[in-house]
Amino acid sequence: MSKHIVVLGSGTAGTLTANRLRRMYDERECRITVVDQDDDHVYQPGLLFVPFGLAQPHGLVRSRPRQLHDGIDYRRARIDRVDLDADTVHFAVGGWLTYDVLVVATGAALLPEETEGLTGPGWGEKVFTFYDLPGAIGLHHALERFEGGRIVVDVADLPVKCPVASLEFAFLADWYFQRCGIRDRVELTYVTPLDGAFTKPVAAKALSGLLEEKSIELVTEFTLGEVDGTGGRLVSYDEREVTFDVAVVVPLHGGAEYVNRSLGLGDELGFVPVDQHTLQHLSHPNVFAIGDAAGLPASKAGSVAHFEGEVLVHNIGRFLAGQPLDASYDGHTNCFVETGFHKALLIDFNYETEPLPGHFPATLGLPLLKESHANHLGKLAFEWLYWHNLLPGRELPGIGSAMPERGKNHVHV
Amino acid sequence: MPTATYDDTVVPVDDEGFFTEPDQWTEAMAGQLAREQGVEDLTERHWTVIRFMRAEYAAKGTGPTVRVLGRTSGVSVKELYQLFPKGPAKTAAKIAGIPKPRGCI
Ligand SMILES: Cc1cc2nc3c(=O)[nH]c(=O)nc-3n(C[C@H](O)[C@H](O)[C@H](O)COP(=O)(O)OP(=O)(O)OC[C@H]3O[C@@H](n4cnc5c(N)ncnc54)[C@H](O)[C@@H]3O)c2cc1C
Repeated sequence: MSKHIVVLGSGTAGTLTANRLRRMYDERECRITVVDQDDDHVYQPGLLFVPFGLAQPHGLVRSRPRQLHDGIDYRRARIDRVDLDADTVHFAVGGWLTYDVLVVATGAALLPEETEGLTGPGWGEKVFTFYDLPGAIGLHHALERFEGGRIVVDVADLPVKCPVASLEFAFLADWYFQRCGIRDRVELTYVTPLDGAFTKPVAAKALSGLLEEKSIELVTEFTLGEVDGTGGRLVSYDEREVTFDVAVVVPLHGGAEYVNRSLGLGDELGFVPVDQHTLQHLSHPNVFAIGDAAGLPASKAGSVAHFEGEVLVHNIGRFLAGQPLDASYDGHTNCFVETGFHKALLIDFNYETEPLPGHFPATLGLPLLKESHANHLGKLAFEWLYWHNLLPGRELPGIGSAMPERGKNHVHV
Repeated sequence: MPTATYDDTVVPVDDEGFFTEPDQWTEAMAGQLAREQGVEDLTERHWTVIRFMRAEYAAKGTGPTVRVLGRTSGVSVKELYQLFPKGPAKTAAKIAGIPKPRGCI
C-alpha cells in the first residue's frame, strides 16, 4: 500500500512513535519521516539534577537521529506550518512534505517572555528556570555562589510539563543546603497557582505534609502576573507579593509556535485537541497527537508519552487499514518524585483514579505515595531505561499502557 | 449530594458549591451567586465573562482556565482579576452555574 507517515518532533514521543511504527510496518508498506529542528536530544528529567551538581550537562545530550531505527527518514528542518486541507507540512526554509498520516509530537514550548518582567533585569542572575539546559546550568552556578537568603520556587501557571519537577526542586534544595551546612540561613518557599501542593487531593495532602516536614513554606493560589527582578519580588494577578533573593520559575507553557500558524490544528494555547482515548484529532481523522503537544487532561510527562505510544501506533494501524479505532488510552501517568536524602516517592494514576497509596505495579511492588530508597533507585534507573527501552519503543517488563489496579488502596479524604 | 437555593429554586451543587447540573442555572440566579462570591454588582464586563464561560462549557465540557479566558474572552487577565478578585476562573464558573473548571494536571 506504501503510505507515508510523517512524525513532527523527535523528542520523547516522536522518537518512540516512529520506532514503534517501524517495527509494525516494513519499508515497502510504509515510509516514515521524522522532522525536528535540531539534532540534540536532551534527557529532560536530568535537568532537575543539574542545578545541584548531580548531573553533568553533556551527559544528558545525545544525537536525535541515532535514536531512530534503520529505515526511518530523518529530516532536520524547522516546521513553519501544516496545511491540513492539503495534507502538507511546510518548512521554514522552503520545501514541504505530504503525508497520509500526521503525528504531531512537537512537545510544549517554554514561554517566559509572556510573563511581565520575567526575562527582564535579573533574568539569568537572580531569576532562573531549570526547564532548559542553559537555565539549569546558570542556576547551578547561582546555587554554588549562594550563601543564604530567600529562594522561591514558583510555577507561573498550568499546564506545565512534569508538574512534580518544581516540588522535587524544592525538596532537593532543602537537602542540598543541609549538605552544604547552611540550611539554617536559607528560607525556602514553594509558590503554586493550585489550591494545594498538587492537583489531586490524596497526593496533595501527602506532598504538602512533606513540604511542612522540610520547613518549606507553601503559598497557594498564586498566579504569577509580574516579576520584579531588580526588587526581588514576584507579584500575583491579585496583587500579593512574594520576595526573593533567588527565584526559580517554571514559565508558562504553550504548544510549538507553528501550531498557531496552522489553521484548525491547535487550541488557544497551541496544544492539539485530540480524543482523550484514541489520540485522533477531533476534526482531522488522519492527524494524531502524542506527548506534551496533545491537549489532553493528562500530565505532560515522558511516562505519558510512553503509555500513549502503544495505543497510538495500534490506532494508526487501524486507521490505515480502514477499520474503526479500538485502542484506548486511560490517562495512565507514573512519576517518581525525588525528595532528597536518596529517597523518592512514586505516584501512579489515570483520568479516573487519582494517585493512591499502596504498591506499584502490584502488591509486592514499589511503595506508592511513600518515600523510599527503592523509589530513588527507580528514578535513577529510569535514565537507562529511557535511552534503551522507552525511546526504542520497547515494552517495559510488567508495565503496560493501562494503569494497574492491583496494589492500590482506595482511601477517602 | 448537597443542594442550594437560588431564585427560589433548589439546585444540586458539589461540596464546594459549584453547580453539577448547569441546565438548572438561570440568569436570574447570577446576582445572588455573585454576592456570595463577594462580587456586589454584575456589570456588562462581568456578563461578557459569564456568558463566555457557559459557551465554553457547552462546547468543551469544562470551563476555561484564567489563561485561556485571558486569551479568548476579550477580557485581559489583569481585568479578569479586577472583576473577580478571588480567582476569575473559579469565581466566574460558580456564578455562571457550571462545574469547577478541571484545570490541568
Ligand atoms: C525539568 C524536567 C523534568 C522532567 N522530569 C520528568 C520525569 O521525571 N518523568 C517524566 O516522565 N517526564 C519528565 N519530564 C517531562 C518530559 O521530559 C516530557 O514530558 C517529554 O519530553 C515530552 O516528550 P515530547 O516528545 O512530547 O516533547 P519533547 O521531548 O519536548 O520533544 C518535542 C520536539 O519537537 C521539536 N520541535 C518543536 N517545534 C518544532 C518546529 N517548529 N520544527 C521542528 N521541530 C520542532 C523540538 O525540537 C523537540 O525535539 C520532565 C521535564 C522537565 C523539563
